[in-house]
Amino acid sequence: MLIQLVNLSKVYDIGAVRVEALRGINLSIERNEYVAIMGPSGSGKSTLMNVLGCLDTPTSGEYLLNNNRVSEMDDDQLAEIRNREIGFVFQTFNLLPRANALHNVELPLIYNGTPTQQRRQLAKEALEKVGLEDRMHHKPNELSGGQRQRVAIARALVNKPSIILADEPTGNLDSKTGDEIMEIFEALHEQGNTIILVTHEEYIAEHSDRIIRLRDGSIERDESMSR
Amino acid sequence: MPRFLIYAAEGVKIAYEALRAYKLRSILTTLGIVIGVTTVITIVSLIQGLNRAFTSEISSLGTDTLYIGKWPWMMDGDDWLKFRNRPNVTIKEANEVRSASQLAQAVAPVMRTQRIIKYQGKSLERVAVVGTTEDYLLTANATPEEGRFLIPSDVDQNRAVVVIGSEVADKLFEKEDPIGKRVSIAGRKFRVIGILEKRGTMFDNNLDILAIMPIGAFQSVFGATRRRIEIQVKVVNPAMVEEAEYELTGIMRRVRGLPAIKENNFAINKQSMFLDMYNKLTRVLWAVAIGVGAISLLVGGIGIMNIMLVSVTERTREIGIRKAIGARKTDILWQFLIESMMICGLGVVIGIGLAVGLAKLVAATTPLPAAITLWVVFLGLAFVVGIGVFFGIYPASKAAKLNPIEALRYE
Ligand SMILES: Nc1ncnc2c1ncn2[C@@H]1O[C@H](COP(=O)(O)OP(=O)(O)OP(=O)(O)O)[C@@H](O)[C@H]1O
Ligand SMILES: [Mg+2]
Repeated sequence: MLIQLVNLSKVYDIGAVRVEALRGINLSIERNEYVAIMGPSGSGKSTLMNVLGCLDTPTSGEYLLNNNRVSEMDDDQLAEIRNREIGFVFQTFNLLPRANALHNVELPLIYNGTPTQQRRQLAKEALEKVGLEDRMHHKPNELSGGQRQRVAIARALVNKPSIILADEPTGNLDSKTGDEIMEIFEALHEQGNTIILVTHEEYIAEHSDRIIRLRDGSIERDESMSR
Repeated sequence: MPRFLIYAAEGVKIAYEALRAYKLRSILTTLGIVIGVTTVITIVSLIQGLNRAFTSEISSLGTDTLYIGKWPWMMDGDDWLKFRNRPNVTIKEANEVRSASQLAQAVAPVMRTQRIIKYQGKSLERVAVVGTTEDYLLTANATPEEGRFLIPSDVDQNRAVVVIGSEVADKLFEKEDPIGKRVSIAGRKFRVIGILEKRGTMFDNNLDILAIMPIGAFQSVFGATRRRIEIQVKVVNPAMVEEAEYELTGIMRRVRGLPAIKENNFAINKQSMFLDMYNKLTRVLWAVAIGVGAISLLVGGIGIMNIMLVSVTERTREIGIRKAIGARKTDILWQFLIESMMICGLGVVIGIGLAVGLAKLVAATTPLPAAITLWVVFLGLAFVVGIGVFFGIYPASKAAKLNPIEALRYE
């Protein structure tokens, strides 16, 4: 099993208010699954993704990644997981504004000590995969929204992670550009990647083969689709 | 390439881009460091220049020569009356010292005045005229370059002869050979018997505008009474200066019949008195250098810390992104440490540049020879690491400790 969540909860305790963003989530995801997470705003989708991406820690419950307890890992091990196992694609792209596309994609390779030559080569290949080979030296503010998201996807791919997490990757894009992005995910899935993405759009969720619906921090429905 | 170098290269690149993006801010931030480094290097090079100049200034006073006189060279203002009432040193006392001292190699009584010296219509003003004995050759390093120095018979017979300084020879005789010529001083004729080697200057006094004659001849021309006499004593061995001072004190007290309860009514002067005073002076300069340097480096360091804190806050999202894609705490720590060291480095480079310029300016416009030495520059570079790390570590560790998701959410 690639991912296993056991009775996982996340509580935000901000003074007077206690927000239970996730309540007792039990969930298993296999390698090479294509999962869409849906649900109304505030239902805990992003919170769940952040926990899956080892960016955030659950309040209780257990997260097993490749059968290893994430709660037992130290900071450096978590950094290593984020670097090698997980490719995160954000709704707001989260690119470094002063770095060009190539350097943005190289970044994960810098943090695992890939030598310069090889790093440049891998980053170029990743940018080619998302069809941006002619925009390598553009800064994010010289790129369209769709192009920025493709840079972000290339960055998520470059370390060949086992899981790609995408939190509303098309949320800031028009539907045509969104479709182009979804084609990239589709291709990645076909190449054997595990993909988990959050979306509000049914037509986007239909690309997946499993839809998990959240409501108030709990799984309301978890349906696999025959494709 | 080792992993660390890969991160370091990235750190330098990020820092460089950040510095470029905020050029003015970065330069203003370095101001404290610049002032500190400039001050310290300038003062230190000034001190070193002074040291060199001073050592050559006082080199005409031998380290192995003692000067017995009525007045000490260094005194506090209010002691003046006490010294004035002391008896003058006499030639008789000089002779006593000469015969009694075991540690003296040469003892010369010296009388001085300033006169015009003339030769065939040409004249030279304010010539230092010295009356002394043959021992002055040793006590004052008055080596003749041509002719000879005073000999005992010149002194014993009060011969009207002079040994002249090189500048006197140049000015009065030009191409003529002065030896054997007669110059006139205070209306009397003196035969030139020797010309001294060039001796340079001491504290702006030209030591080559000089005429040396037997002390008896001096007294018969300028009068014997109320003239200050100094006894110059060259010690047999430079290591024995202190013993010699002790011995001379004993001889003088005995000659003057001073009872044990009375204090000395003469002064024994030596070159090291200038050195002591000089060292006191440079100690002040050192203190100023250290004080100004420390304060401005502290202020500069705090400025760097402040700007780094601002920079960490501004770049919270960037830190979040880096962490989200696998940067470890130490990677972020180094990134910001490198940045603060680079700001510091910029300050040091500007500071050294300014200091070099200032030293050149000082050397060109004043007689002070300022000299920048390499160790000062290396010291400056050490500040980069020191200050940059010291004041950068807090902001950098603040950045490193950021929680990735909170950093990403930061608006
Ligand atoms: N840092 C936080 N501090 C306090 N409460 C938080 C924090 N982050 C999220 N929450 C709360 O947790 C709940 C779930 O938030 P989450 O961002 O996971 O929702 P979401 O399903 O992604 O919503 P959307 O579709 O609008 O993105 C919300 O009620 C939100 O207010
Ligand atoms: Mg969300």
